[in-house]
Amino acid sequence: MIRVVIPQHLRTLAQVEGELQLEIEGRVTQRSVLDALEARYPMLRGTIRDHVTLQRRPFLRFFACAEDLSHESPDAPLPEAVANGTEPYLIIGAIAGG
Amino acid sequence: MSKVRALVGTRKGAFILESDGKRENWSVSGPHFAGWEIYHMKGSPADPNRIYASQSTGWFGQIIQRSSDGGKTWETPGGGPERSPQGWPMGESNKFVYDTSAETGKPLTTHQWYDGTQHPWEFKRVWHLEPSLSDPDTVYAGVEDAAIFRSSDGARSWQELSGLRGHGTGPKWQPGAGGMCLHTIILDPADPGRIYIAISAAGAFRTNDAGKTWKPINRGLRSQFLPDEDAETGHCVHHVAMHPERPEVLFMQKHWDVMRSDDAGENWKEVSGNLPTDFGFVIDVHAHEPETVYVVPIKSDSEHYPLDGRLRVYRSRTGGNEWEPLTNGLPQSNCYVNVLRDAMAVDSLDSCGVYFGTTGGQVYCSPDAGNTWAPIVRDLPAVLSVEVQTLP
Repeated sequence: MIRVVIPQHLRTLAQVEGELQLEIEGRVTQRSVLDALEARYPMLRGTIRDHVTLQRRPFLRFFACAEDLSHESPDAPLPEAVANGTEPYLIIGAIAGG
Repeated sequence: MSKVRALVGTRKGAFILESDGKRENWSVSGPHFAGWEIYHMKGSPADPNRIYASQSTGWFGQIIQRSSDGGKTWETPGGGPERSPQGWPMGESNKFVYDTSAETGKPLTTHQWYDGTQHPWEFKRVWHLEPSLSDPDTVYAGVEDAAIFRSSDGARSWQELSGLRGHGTGPKWQPGAGGMCLHTIILDPADPGRIYIAISAAGAFRTNDAGKTWKPINRGLRSQFLPDEDAETGHCVHHVAMHPERPEVLFMQKHWDVMRSDDAGENWKEVSGNLPTDFGFVIDVHAHEPETVYVVPIKSDSEHYPLDGRLRVYRSRTGGNEWEPLTNGLPQSNCYVNVLRDAMAVDSLDSCGVYFGTTGGQVYCSPDAGNTWAPIVRDLPAVLSVEVQTLP
């Protein structure tokens, strides 16, 4: 079970509270986590990644295990602590005013 | 007794204001979608309980919301755990993808960037939602970068009417200070094939075949910021208004200049007349008097506030040129708010109500066609848009 934390505004949009838990089949990568997240919560499609290019939106960052993974390959394996559910995968809104 | 419902979009959420026909006592609901920019909300003329809302932020992009109960509850169309024929959830109500060239598969066209170079179209947000006059599930979206999209499934999916960008003048369009936005969509109630749109900064356009082909309708507009002041396109049109009983007659608030056309946009003439300044954003027409027009003059394109700190709506009862200031109930000193392009509306009660919202968070109502004004609310976030529904 993968633990995922999304920003408060996206929790409101998805009508969920707190941490999310997702089942991932196969390799645990940023792409497989985000695919599973969007499959479970279709209203989040387009809010984290572009619909077509699947590029991360500019004001969002991806963190795990105190590391910034935003620029890592989406197909690189996530840390074992994320894969085994010890640590959450964090989707963070950048400090960008507003 | 009839009721009115004002749909107010702000920088930090949506608000719904409701009153009976006296328009004295108001209930306020909101903020809906708190923390998000609500560029526009509008109800379906065919089913007033169907309301569409454009919700966006720089962080999370575009969301489309839909209500089927007059704004009490909302949903993202197709955002639930539904499955497409391919087995993958849909969630495409916020998917606005520009058409590409059928021949080459490459971008249909480019537009002029701030430095004069050509730039590809990039979707930013939905500025305006215009529901069909007859079908609650059909709705048009005006977007930035400028294009028009149409949904016929209640905003679950969107298709571009790409004849607008593809007709040839796209490379001459350029963004204004607010971005290159398609902000005005007017549907002709007498002719389902005729639609008017306006873009900052490209100008006004018209289709006579429900969006397949479009033509620029800017003859008579003059813009000093263009090398050719009378160019076919490139004008910074801020808003256009039409009375539904006279779809050939259009009124325009351009960047500078208030304009009028009596031939469906083929030719325009200036009707700024005695306005103290003819810069502004909003323009609207009285619900029962097609020659009565309202504007809110703003000092200049760099000083986005009323002249002399006095908030005045100007009314013309002669279709332009002769304007009278309306001040009763509006602040007449130290007022430095702006009134943005989609932030004025009218109701259709016997005594026509006029409404506008300000960047200072006030929404004003005049229940007597502009003679007297009172704030419905004073302290909302900056108001981006106001639409009003007249309900039985």
